[in-house]
Amino acid sequence: MVHRGVPLLLAKRAPGLNHQGEMTTEATEKRPHVGLFVTCLVDLFRPSVGFAAIKLLLDAGATVEVPESQTCCGQPAYNSGNREDATAIARTVIETFERFDYLVAPSGSCAAMLRVHYPSLLADDPQFAERARALGAKSYELTSFLVEVLGLDKVAARFEGNVTYHDSCSSLRELKLRDAPRRLLASVDGLSLTEMEETEVCCGFGGAFSVKYPEISSAIDEAKVCNIAKSGAACLLAGDLGCLLHIAGRLSRDGSKVECRHVAEVLAGLIEGPAIGQARKAG
Amino acid sequence: MDGASPQDFKQSAARALADAKLQRALLNVKRGFIVKRANAKAKLPEFDELRDEARALKDHTLLHLDLYLEAYERKVIESGGQVHFAPSAADARDIVLKICKDAGASLVTKGKSMVSEEIGLNAHLEAAGIEAAETDLGEHIIQIRGEAPSHIIAPVIHLNKEEIAEDFVRAHRGLPQDRSLSAVPDLVAEARALLREKFVTAEVGITGANLLIAETGSSVIVTNEGNGDLTATLPKVHIVIASIEKLVPTLEDACTVLRLLARSGTGQEITTYTTFATGPARAGDPDGPRQYHVVLLDNGRSEMLGGDFRAMLRCIRCGACLNHCPVYGAIGGHAYGSLYPGPMGAVLTPALYGIDHARDLPNASSFCGRCEEVCPMAIPLPSMMRKWRERDFERGDPPLRERLALRLWAFAAKRPRLYHALSGTIAPLVARLAGDRGRFTSLPFAGAWTETRDLPAPQGKTFHELYRKTRGNEAP
Repeated sequence: MVHRGVPLLLAKRAPGLNHQGEMTTEATEKRPHVGLFVTCLVDLFRPSVGFAAIKLLLDAGATVEVPESQTCCGQPAYNSGNREDATAIARTVIETFERFDYLVAPSGSCAAMLRVHYPSLLADDPQFAERARALGAKSYELTSFLVEVLGLDKVAARFEGNVTYHDSCSSLRELKLRDAPRRLLASVDGLSLTEMEETEVCCGFGGAFSVKYPEISSAIDEAKVCNIAKSGAACLLAGDLGCLLHIAGRLSRDGSKVECRHVAEVLAGLIEGPAIGQARKAG
Repeated sequence: MDGASPQDFKQSAARALADAKLQRALLNVKRGFIVKRANAKAKLPEFDELRDEARALKDHTLLHLDLYLEAYERKVIESGGQVHFAPSAADARDIVLKICKDAGASLVTKGKSMVSEEIGLNAHLEAAGIEAAETDLGEHIIQIRGEAPSHIIAPVIHLNKEEIAEDFVRAHRGLPQDRSLSAVPDLVAEARALLREKFVTAEVGITGANLLIAETGSSVIVTNEGNGDLTATLPKVHIVIASIEKLVPTLEDACTVLRLLARSGTGQEITTYTTFATGPARAGDPDGPRQYHVVLLDNGRSEMLGGDFRAMLRCIRCGACLNHCPVYGAIGGHAYGSLYPGPMGAVLTPALYGIDHARDLPNASSFCGRCEEVCPMAIPLPSMMRKWRERDFERGDPPLRERLALRLWAFAAKRPRLYHALSGTIAPLVARLAGDRGRFTSLPFAGAWTETRDLPAPQGKTFHELYRKTRGNEAP
């Protein structure tokens, strides 16, 4: 079923929607049909990122559907050496998403899992090898999809302040993605971006690595947080919630005032709620 | 050797993180190697093409390694040298010891060689009453400290110069105790004077090899101190000890690899010395060794040839993956408890010594992928670490708690309805538990996270729960 239920507030700017925020039939036909892969971390920790992604996709002219039979891309199993479960999860994801024109995830890490690793994980599976390749080829990280596929070069959003951007390793190295989030951020009213040093260095999250080797993971994070502080930015943005939870957790433990948000929230203008790991405002 | 083992990884890493001196020394990796490599690469526009070429030529060589080894052996014999095949480390030790004994050696000089470290050669020679003097400055320092190298090209990267000065005062006897060793040139001068003595008296010189060339039967070493040349040419016997994957077909191929090696490692365009040795001194040569031996070590390599880890045999030991690894940068080389630390060591160590002996090494990586990115031989290091994790998991070696958690999670993740029922219940509960603070400073069952950082709390309901509501009265 085509998504029609985004709250009017979110969908009001989208072209091709009628006055009730519903997709007009003729517009629906021409629009790329996107299956949103919410990601397990967004689902659990920060649903606002998912709604921000829907809004951005609709505004940019896509139709969006969020299949309910999705859980996780399987990385926790895959990266722990549990190939069997990773493969089973990958098959379900493929079955769920292959009917869409595109799969879009608000995460470079999950998008890279689909794009880069599914094809190799299922390379020897006669039923799924080709389907994994096909799905991989049409799977995108959110900002790169907006820029590279939908041709978006600006968003209508406002965010006051100086931010810095953290590239996740999977975005940077597996998806070769650096430009798209920065290009969109450059169009946000009131926002200025100051690059920190060593943007190409890992924050130390690494999924299960962060709890299997917490001291090493945190030592790497500490160097990252130093660079964030040196940038002078008041807000850290990133496209991956894993990195964000990790960095935000370190910053708040250190008593830092720097806030962390997912880039989609800022691009979509959904910034009313508290930043990641921050207290709810009184009242 | 300090006796550390990969099995002590977690404890060693914790010690390394708490070692302020080590942490200060490790900053040099960042300041030095990373920036220098980037500059060297930027000045060579064809770097990536060269990398593809080098990768292809190594793959080709490995595919036909038997043929190239035979060709190489023929050429060494033609040039008057001898080749000894050593299936195991013990074989290699015995072969070298016998050559030394036959030469009546009481002192051998050594150029830097990771393979000689791998087989534990020094201890073996010393046990037989033969002094083995390391002549590379870094190797000399760790030898007097009784340590293993902490980096494959910079053995003492874990030390600061003040610590080295203390070692020199302690170990270099017969010199004034109050001499000044505060500047690096003082240290170099003292080591140089001491080592000159060794160079001219040693009966045997042992070097490693960065490359072996099948076309000519030559061995190639790269150094920045010239100690390798003195080791190879002054004694009457020169022993080259190298593992079998060092082979390349031609001189041209050797040059392709050399153009990548120094740039990737130290960020130099080329090392100060690049020395080709082919056989013993010929009749009429004014100097050079009388005997030239090559000890070719297998020690597990030929088994790697046919399996998942063959690409690891492309490694040219430049050290770039260590230099760019955030884990290596945080804990240094010794914590790995293996001669081969960092990403290349995380793949190679289990291949040489067994995954049961080194399971932490391929597991202790965030898979950031920078190692593969900077590897001049494009070795897929993260993929191969993942392969080791798979073997580790198949063996049932990860701690029970980890395996159980993973199985439970996977059970739910494969069943979307169950998964959403669980996550839909847990997320709001956890959010409520956090209250208005928005984060946890400690949380039962999440101690591994909250020990070192806060855990941001969930917003409340899961996305899927909220999404269902936004569609509320819509008919399915």
